[in-house]
Amino acid sequence: MSQYQVKAGPEAYLPPAAASMGIVLPDPGEAHIEGKIVSEDKAYEHCAKKLLEAKVPTIFPGPLVLWKWNEKAAQKAAAVRRLAEILPARIIPMADYRPKYPKIDPEVEINPNHPNLTIWHSNIDVGLFVGVHCHQANLALKIIRGGTNCYTLAMCAQAGHEDACLSFRDATVEKIDKLTATIERLKKEGVKSQAEPFTQFKMDRTGRVD
Amino acid sequence: MSKEKISICEDLADVMPPEYHTLVENATYGNGERGWKDIGSSKELIEQHSLCAGCPEALAFRYVMASIPNPEDTVFVGSTGCTSLVFPHVAIQNIHSLFGNQNAVASGLVRTLRRRFPDKKKDVIVLAGDGATVDIGLDCTMQSFFRQENITTICFDNELYANTGGQESGLMQKGFVAKMAPVGKTFEKVRLPEIAREAGCHYVACLTVSKPNRVEKAIKNAVLVAREVGPTYIQLYTPCILEIGKQSMEGLDEMKDAESIGGRFVMKEYISDEAKKLLDSVEAERKAKKKAAKAAKK
Repeated sequence: MSQYQVKAGPEAYLPPAAASMGIVLPDPGEAHIEGKIVSEDKAYEHCAKKLLEAKVPTIFPGPLVLWKWNEKAAQKAAAVRRLAEILPARIIPMADYRPKYPKIDPEVEINPNHPNLTIWHSNIDVGLFVGVHCHQANLALKIIRGGTNCYTLAMCAQAGHEDACLSFRDATVEKIDKLTATIERLKKEGVKSQAEPFTQFKMDRTGRVD
Repeated sequence: MSKEKISICEDLADVMPPEYHTLVENATYGNGERGWKDIGSSKELIEQHSLCAGCPEALAFRYVMASIPNPEDTVFVGSTGCTSLVFPHVAIQNIHSLFGNQNAVASGLVRTLRRRFPDKKKDVIVLAGDGATVDIGLDCTMQSFFRQENITTICFDNELYANTGGQESGLMQKGFVAKMAPVGKTFEKVRLPEIAREAGCHYVACLTVSKPNRVEKAIKNAVLVAREVGPTYIQLYTPCILEIGKQSMEGLDEMKDAESIGGRFVMKEYISDEAKKLLDSVEAERKAKKKAAKAAKK
């Protein structure tokens, strides 16, 4: 078994792909925490605690939940919003994967080719990725682990991500809601969110409206 | 993919940057009459690009994107080159293939799409430079013509390998001296439009992009013919101003010179009988629709 642990960085300018260090993906019904395969229930608990103890917890929704491909995508978007509100956490979108230099505003967008800029800009210490295509998620997660101290959580709809510090697989609306329910339960048990006060920015076609 | 799907999930719409809101509200998806005249008044499907200032290829990209009849159901297949620097910025589905095999990828794609979506009109368009189309990828290009694949092949012809520093290409004109071809080309420019015609393309056009209405017409014809009849080929002269020693503002003049009488890019067009029949019926339908709309207005 691999001794390597997928911890928050900064690890190196070019961190190794976790898969090359022996980290394997979880089977259905499982997840991984820092490279160790665990039951999904354990991962919900760990993920909820990480989000609650973060100073700047942030959710990064990707194209698969931002764009209304179908009704399921819309339901996932609603579940992501519920999760953000219960925490509370910032939402910073990753609307597509275009290399938008130098126009990108790191306060309101995350550039998948330089996700570290957004994370550095807002001092994001825990980030949850949801609805990002796997090929781009792998790239972004590795860059983040290489250059930032952000603890990355992946709510993956496919087979999961070795390069995230914690990864679920086969994400559905129910699984996102289960994470929300776990956070709600922990809060009822007395765990307080450590998030610094913030105001979620809002956009319309003229730009920021907050 | 359909224009209905180009919408933002309501629950997260308030965090989406403005450019996506305008894309949904003001782009020309679903407009059968879209064309180059929408440029400037509607949201273009090319947001910004990373090509050089004044690059005619950027101009060509804008006209092509504005002219394709069915962008929401179109997939582009591209190859490595300056074109591949632009595709990440384009709001149309696209695939980046290996250098030279773009027509092979497109062949598989169009067959799969037809089987997967038999009731929909899906267009597959190859857009690559002259190196990928005529030199390294000539085999795949020709074989797709021979097999009568329903794809449109657009070649951005800048007459050399531009983004690797100016090497000689098959479409380079005879005698031209480039930065990395100091001896000068010793044989004639490959006559791919003629070869495409003989290889079974039903619509072939060779032109510059100095006149947007011509480009629009050629693109629309090529896509419609490829959809219904068989392979089509368009060669657009998009000179690399850097590699031929021109200034940013001189690209247009270069194209105008090239298309003047006796030039290499005097517009030529070939339409097969089958394609002509189709295009005539499309034109008649369009005219009837216009007439009916005019009558309804009165």
